[in-house]
This record gives sequence, structure tokens and C-alpha cells, in this order.
Amino acid sequence: MSENRAISDIGGLPAGPIDREDHEPTLVERRIDALMMLMRAKPRAFWGADENRRTIESLTPEFYEGSAYYQRWVTVMRRLMVEKGILTEAEIEDKLAEVRARHDEGGAK
Amino acid sequence: MSRFEIGDRVRVARAFPPGHVRTPVFVRGLTGTVVRYFGHFRNPSELAYGMTGLPELSLYQVAFDMDDVWSGDGAYAAGDTVTADIYENWLEPAEDKKNAA
Repeated sequence: MSENRAISDIGGLPAGPIDREDHEPTLVERRIDALMMLMRAKPRAFWGADENRRTIESLTPEFYEGSAYYQRWVTVMRRLMVEKGILTEAEIEDKLAEVRARHDEGGAK
Repeated sequence: MSRFEIGDRVRVARAFPPGHVRTPVFVRGLTGTVVRYFGHFRNPSELAYGMTGLPELSLYQVAFDMDDVWSGDGAYAAGDTVTADIYENWLEPAEDKKNAA
């Protein structure tokens, strides 16, 4: 029955308690949200809801279950940007290295 | 235009294909009743991979008896249902509810 069950297809499975407590989005979460909205804004939308879902479902169960909501989002955006040819892995890595170096120097994040 | 009418009995395919699939695992192979017709939409399993998703498919809301879905031992009250939104390519006509063994 569970062959090819998507990691998001969890109806009926045992689950622990649900954390229903609200929290204010952090600055990083707001930025990830804004970037996602921009990437998917019509008419230029780089990808649609179904591609987004497919990419989230393709995360490993370990990462999916062990990561925060917006961690999944940013991971999915990175994958789809590379898949769509918007950025290359090398360009992303170069930029990350630059930002890390700037951060380590105590400058603007 | 749509293949099924409200009230029709339908059986969900008992299939487990790879890829992006919207039909929840917990209703696959079960028989339910069409309770709503939403219209027709491009196929999400194809859109998920950047394809056109055409031709569009009819999308139905199908109600299943809670007992059929979760327990099968009469634990739920008669008339208690769970609904799922299912595209027509997952459905075939069904006559009775207990043929899904």
C-alpha cells in the first residue's frame, strides 16, 4: 500500500502532537517568502505550483522531516533555479562563499 | 462534457506510479461517490515536470465511507465520509462499494 507514497502523502499515518503555536516570521523567512513570490509571480513565473510540489516531494525523507518549512522552500528554489537554467550550482556556490566571507568579517549580512 | 455525474459510484485506481501524484494513497483502490464536479484542469502530474498538462482533465470531489478508508470494522457512524479531489484519469465506473478488496 505504501509503494511510492510521496513524503507529503501522510493521511492516516500515525503522527505526534501538532505544534499550533504561531510565531512572527524571522527576517530570513520573510526574505525566502518574498523571493519565492517573485520567482512564481505571473506572467513571468519561472515555475508553477506543481513543479514546486514535485520538487519538495523529491527531498529525502530525512531532510523533509528534519527541516524547517522555509528550509524546504529555499532548498527547492535553489534546485529549481538550477533546473530552469536561471543560475548554475557554481554561481550559487561562488555567491555563498562571498556572503560567508563578508559575514565572517562582521560586515553586512 | 464530464464523464461522471453527481451521485455516480466510482472506483479509484489501485496504482502506485512514480512522480508527482495528487491522488492520496489512502483512497487508492477504494470505491466512493461523486459529490461535486470542479471543472477541468491541466494534469498536475505533467505540469509537475514542465509539460503542458493537456488535454485538461475533469476534477471531481469523491466521498468515501470512513469505515472503508480507515478501519472496515464499523467503527464510524453510517454517513461519516472523507472526501478527496480526484482527476478523472484515476476513476472508473463502479456498481457497488465492496468490490475493492
